[in-house]
Amino acid sequence: MRMVDFDRKYDVLVIGGGNAALCAAISARRAGASVLVLEGAPKFYRGGNTRHTRNMRCAHDAATDILTGPYPEEEFWEDLLRVTDGQTDEELARLMIRESKDILNWIVEQGVRWQPSLGGTLSLGRTNSFFLGGGRAMLNALYLTAEALGVEILYDAEVEKLDIADGMFVSASLKHNSQHLTARAATLIAAAGGFEANFEWLKEYWGEAANNFLIRGTPYNRGSILKMLLDKGVQAVGDPTQCHAVAIDARAPKFDGGIITRLDCVVFGIVVNKNAQRFYDEGEDIWPKRYAIWGRLVAGQPGQIAYIIFDKSVLTSFMPSLFPPIQADTVPELAGKLELDPATLQKTVAEFNAAVRPGTFDHTILDDCRTDGITPPKSHWARRIETPPYYAYPVRPGITFTYLGTRVNKQARMLMQDGKPSANMFAAGEIMAGNVLGKGYAAGIGMTIGSVFGRIAGREAAKHARN
Amino acid sequence: MHGTKILEEADRLMTVCNSCRYCEGLCAVFPAMEMRRAFSDGDLNYLANLCHACGACYVDCQFSPPHEFDVNVPKTFAIVRAESYAAYAWPRAFSGLFARNGVAISVVAALSVAAFVFGFAAAIDRQVLFGIHTGPGAFYALMPHKAMVGLFGAAFLYAIVALVMSMRVFWRDIGEPIALRTDLASLRQAIKDASRVRYLDGGGVGCFNEDDKPTDRRKIFHHFAFYGFLLCFAATCVATLYHYLLAREAPYPWWDLPVVLGTLGGFGLLVGPIGLLAARFRRDPVLVDQASTGMDTAFTLMLFLTGISGLALLLWRETAAMGALLALHLGFVFALFITLPYGKFVHGLYRFLALVRYARERQAMAQFAAPE
Repeated sequence: MRMVDFDRKYDVLVIGGGNAALCAAISARRAGASVLVLEGAPKFYRGGNTRHTRNMRCAHDAATDILTGPYPEEEFWEDLLRVTDGQTDEELARLMIRESKDILNWIVEQGVRWQPSLGGTLSLGRTNSFFLGGGRAMLNALYLTAEALGVEILYDAEVEKLDIADGMFVSASLKHNSQHLTARAATLIAAAGGFEANFEWLKEYWGEAANNFLIRGTPYNRGSILKMLLDKGVQAVGDPTQCHAVAIDARAPKFDGGIITRLDCVVFGIVVNKNAQRFYDEGEDIWPKRYAIWGRLVAGQPGQIAYIIFDKSVLTSFMPSLFPPIQADTVPELAGKLELDPATLQKTVAEFNAAVRPGTFDHTILDDCRTDGITPPKSHWARRIETPPYYAYPVRPGITFTYLGTRVNKQARMLMQDGKPSANMFAAGEIMAGNVLGKGYAAGIGMTIGSVFGRIAGREAAKHARN
Repeated sequence: MHGTKILEEADRLMTVCNSCRYCEGLCAVFPAMEMRRAFSDGDLNYLANLCHACGACYVDCQFSPPHEFDVNVPKTFAIVRAESYAAYAWPRAFSGLFARNGVAISVVAALSVAAFVFGFAAAIDRQVLFGIHTGPGAFYALMPHKAMVGLFGAAFLYAIVALVMSMRVFWRDIGEPIALRTDLASLRQAIKDASRVRYLDGGGVGCFNEDDKPTDRRKIFHHFAFYGFLLCFAATCVATLYHYLLAREAPYPWWDLPVVLGTLGGFGLLVGPIGLLAARFRRDPVLVDQASTGMDTAFTLMLFLTGISGLALLLWRETAAMGALLALHLGFVFALFITLPYGKFVHGLYRFLALVRYARERQAMAQFAAPE
């Protein structure tokens, strides 16, 4: 790799190394700009949470080789409106949806390859395009393209300070192999993700409970760039207290457990807290809504831990995950292994079993298997837990991303607190996702935000730099 | 749980991979894995032999080292494969030949060449040995045709028997009924996949070798070696037919079919093995089972030596060097044959059977899949 020249002033400085950063770098370079990418992580961990993604949601008017049917712009918009409860900037959202159509082709021109939807995710076959080989394969392709185009990339480049004067980016101070360096550029594109891996920051909103959170993605998303920008007068967007959390296996590592620690078996059993008590309707709603609420529910329980309890009859009904379930021949024995009170767990299971009404089980619809006379109820998919052996998965909140970000306009240009656009600062990806996704989540939308706004930011930054 | 430590590791990896499945579009291994939730020894041997070692799943994996999940499917499966070759060897007493395969094959090759050289020297008059022989039957002045056919026929037959027995053990181990039912569709699919080395392409971009840039180089060199081998084999078959049906004796003129096939094949056996060996030594060590270096190179080298000694014989067959070159070439060919069941050659057979099974599984899945 060519050496980065810190004496020169680049047209575009990209901070970050994921999908948004690389799309921005490639787009700026293709528009004729000189581009330097500073990735805070070492090469293996490059790309932030993009490493753990696998698909992108793009609007399209007709079925393709890999998509089973059309996904019109209007339907995408309605889906977005629904998941965010209206917490979205309509102008930006509609722009993103419109641009997403061309991204399907543009991203392929950058070397990324598609495949039909993966096993176990057929429900996304019409709306989402899957990366052949997953998110890291996608990143590898983008990096190869960026390098071939002459984008300069520095890994282990931790930006410590941004020199910003009156909303105008001047330079970035960074540490690289214990060397302190300064990178100057005519424009800045911030694409450095959220702050979900920064426990100190999470604790500001969640208190000590945050210590029990697991971070599903990279440990490098500490939000330092976001914080610097907000401190320098960039306007914030999105609820700072909120993060996207799902229930994942409590035995997962603190960081970077990725997809393989997710558990989607809540519907097949009951969920109890450390007092061996149920606390929420396990049959309330269908995937993906339930997937997205259980992290928060577990975060609200004592010790931020819960246990999904089920029996042999459903053991093979869901996708396998990394850790095997904890197994026992009786409910009290299972409680013992989970360090729960055996009598209470037995009572909880017995009460639940007694409340189950007969019905026809079908986990693909809101079926008529429900409980009667207990609180909370299990409104669908309720079946007795009575066939030994019994199983349990311990779960904790797994944090995927945060919503707080920098406000941008249609050029992906950051807006300052006074509402004026910054002269030369742009943002793309998770760091500005809150503009479009103020709340909730729809599968693959993070990648759409990254690619669309990355491409726009690169183009606009190059235009600005060359003027 | 499993018979060996490496099978335990393979099981661990397949559990990780089965909860991720991002790689399912890259090759046959991952779709085959998805058809299972638990993995027996036989399942793992099947998956390992289905793996073509393209390396794409390693480069694309978010959990490969230095990640703590330490997912390295290509290397783990390379070790599983190597151990499976030894386990399936027939007779079992010879499975030790896989342990230090490079040494074993070198010794056999050296002994074989020496036997022919000294055999020729002892049995043949110096005048004849270093004489110039041309025209039909020239080779047989040095070694009678009957002796040649007897010796090589026996070696070839032995190799066939040993290979078939090994394949039976493999087929049984991976859980297929021993009587290979005539399943022409699956057989045809497997032949198609094997002849194109379809799964050595990283899902379309090429395989990974020394860095993260995919290329088709290994696949191309494999084609040279594989089709070179087949062409040489075809040359021998045509020559046999010439001999018995048309009563035309070797050596044949350069434009005749056996020589044309042999020359093209010999060329393939030069280019292919050189390319494959170069790729092997440049390969990122993280993807490679170091313990198998001997095995990986010995067979390839034998192909190269067979090819180059054959071409040398063709070039100088009308000179006084013919006798020595013939001894050399026959020595290498003989060693190649008798070591076929005990070296890297077997990878092709097990991989082919794994492809047949994969095609059968795909068929079965397609039949059971609910229409959407």
